[in-house]
Amino acid sequence: MAKTYINGIGCVSAQATVDGFPSEFALDENTNFLELVKPEYKDYFSPIASRRMAKGVKNGIVASTLAMKEAGIENLDAIITGTGMGCIEDSDKFLKAIIDNNEQFLTPTSFIQSTHNTVASTIAINLGCKAYNFTYVNGAVSFESALVDAKLQFDADEVSNVLVGGIDEMTEYTKSLFKLAGFIKPDESGPHKILGSHTKATVFSEGATFFMLSDTKTESTYAELVDIETINKLELSKVGHKAIEFLKANNLTQHDIDAVVLGFDGDVEFDEYYKELAREFAFTPQVYYKHVSGEYNTASAFGLYVGSNVLKNQEIPQQLKVNEVEKPSYHKILLYNQYRGIDHSFTLISI
Amino acid sequence: MNKGVAITGMGIISAIGNDVEENFRSLINSEKGISKTDNIPTIHKDEIMFGEIKKSNEDLIAELGLPADNNFTRTALLGAFAAKQAVEDAGIRDINEYKTGLINSTSVGGMDTTEKHYYEYFENPETVKFIASHDGGDVSQKISEVIGLEGFVTTISTACSSAANAIMLGARMIKAGKLDRVIVGGTDGLAKFTINGFKTLMILTDSYNTPFDNDRKGLNLGEAAAFLVLESDEIVEREGKKVLARVSGYANANDAYHQTASSENGEGAFLAMQKAFKVADLDPTQIDYINMHGTATPNNDLSEGRAVARIYEGKNVPYFSSTKAFTGHTLAAAAAIEAVYSVLAIQNGVVYPNLNFKTKMAEFDLVPQTEIKYKNIDYVLSNSFGFGGNCSTVIFSKN
Repeated sequence: MAKTYINGIGCVSAQATVDGFPSEFALDENTNFLELVKPEYKDYFSPIASRRMAKGVKNGIVASTLAMKEAGIENLDAIITGTGMGCIEDSDKFLKAIIDNNEQFLTPTSFIQSTHNTVASTIAINLGCKAYNFTYVNGAVSFESALVDAKLQFDADEVSNVLVGGIDEMTEYTKSLFKLAGFIKPDESGPHKILGSHTKATVFSEGATFFMLSDTKTESTYAELVDIETINKLELSKVGHKAIEFLKANNLTQHDIDAVVLGFDGDVEFDEYYKELAREFAFTPQVYYKHVSGEYNTASAFGLYVGSNVLKNQEIPQQLKVNEVEKPSYHKILLYNQYRGIDHSFTLISI
Repeated sequence: MNKGVAITGMGIISAIGNDVEENFRSLINSEKGISKTDNIPTIHKDEIMFGEIKKSNEDLIAELGLPADNNFTRTALLGAFAAKQAVEDAGIRDINEYKTGLINSTSVGGMDTTEKHYYEYFENPETVKFIASHDGGDVSQKISEVIGLEGFVTTISTACSSAANAIMLGARMIKAGKLDRVIVGGTDGLAKFTINGFKTLMILTDSYNTPFDNDRKGLNLGEAAAFLVLESDEIVEREGKKVLARVSGYANANDAYHQTASSENGEGAFLAMQKAFKVADLDPTQIDYINMHGTATPNNDLSEGRAVARIYEGKNVPYFSSTKAFTGHTLAAAAAIEAVYSVLAIQNGVVYPNLNFKTKMAEFDLVPQTEIKYKNIDYVLSNSFGFGGNCSTVIFSKN
């Protein structure tokens, strides 16, 4: 059974992550939407290609290119992506055209690009990669589903190099719907403290984070991806128990964990889940990140990016600390995420 | 030969029937389900026909016994309807008794509802509940609620090959011991979004679709949902379960050619079939029936036909047909309903007719089976291809 190593990461987010793991994160508590720090797209695409592609596709290509480059990998045995909402820029565009023009005068471009697997297939076409190509769309476990799939293939010794990524994009219209539905905090209602929030809904954003997974440990290795488990529904009171069970299945106890990375997103209604787990791991260093990445269905991929960098740098950035507990060294990290009380995931990484 | 993963239950709703029996009866009686639409208010309703399920959302809500304030989309309703049947068919009483998962697939997700209320959301507070029902994951969450499942739930969206990939992942998870039991399949409701999308691509026929015919003009869009229950051999043995058939081979490959068109030589399809034979440990000549993707678009049937011809170069091509003339192209659900048809083909020893076929394609010497044919069937190969060059093959075998 081959091991699975994270050997390269590329991240496009609301932080300057394209240039590497930031030493300082930009914080803005007054907004309900963290704007993307746009990469220099012209370094990656011709202006013509760039115009044709939606934001999510471009970000996915930038992030995947960075991940592969860092790991020094050019040939892939599988491309697996996750996206909660899919290519909503193009689906919004096509749907608006249908409604506004009463199903007439339509062109296929945005329909073609609206398919959920557009990012994964565009990467395949660009690389001429005929390998396995899957896309998962399951809310907050879209990215973790992709990880589960990749891990299954490493465990079965079927692959050596697998590209895995999480991508979500936002549009103005979907943003307005999410405010109406109470998923995004109302405009001008800040400042928003993500930790200790007393209000419902979250601060949103968008992004793309890709991981180059390989069966071999190299100079560029961040961590070993040990295990992932997802569960659609979990009672609040059972979160701690479930986490311990997950660790037990990996022959570990909570005392073996050097840090927990929690998906706190400032929604008072559902952050209880994280608080519950935080209580269970009260003497463990705790990390949060959605105050710098924003919430989106695949924000947990940003969480894995943070966790991987903690292991690589052996340090938790001050701005990401939930508590003041420290460890002399970091070997094993547990990540926990959920969104609106469903789609829970536990991820274990190690060095 | 690979023993494969046991299939112990099936559920289906499509334009040719509301359960497994009705679907089978339509298939053997050559009764297609292509018609004008009753449910979709599209301006194209007089020019094109669909594989439409005649049950309305209200019918489905009543039959599922959902509360009036539910926020199920049509895709979720169809999915829940078929998944419930599959669970019952497998004789499952306590869904969470074993480590059970749901691997659903969809391409349109809740688009059927989003397109109805898109601008209305801001005017009609009653519609706001549907904003949360747009994404594919919500469909699977709804299905798991209806069948009471708590565990591994995910959704695959690789366009028209989606459900084949759901079956594949499910079989792999059972084999790896990650799950004891998994419900796999797909669902897609008809939507103006896809109707107009395929229309702009100019691949919709104005009549009945004619797979593998030289004069084929395109596809009829359809809607459907179907699910299979896969179980580990331990459960099958312990509970003395009846095994309907097995999933013995599968593979996914990418054409890496074009976002919406297949390469002319069907490279992705060829690779998917080749890899699936390897997984199943079978020789292509052992296949008794191929259930083709056969959408009846000029591009698909040429590309798929060439790939099949390449696989069987110098050998006899098995009996083959596309069932899309019965059901229309049901997108993400296509591979799921065709999985049910494949299992029924094995159980009943029957090759379904490829309806509406008249003239052999000029490019190759492939003629589909046009009349119903009864014969022993040990292995069925089922192809499904989707946008993004996504090519999948699943091989089913007799227990």
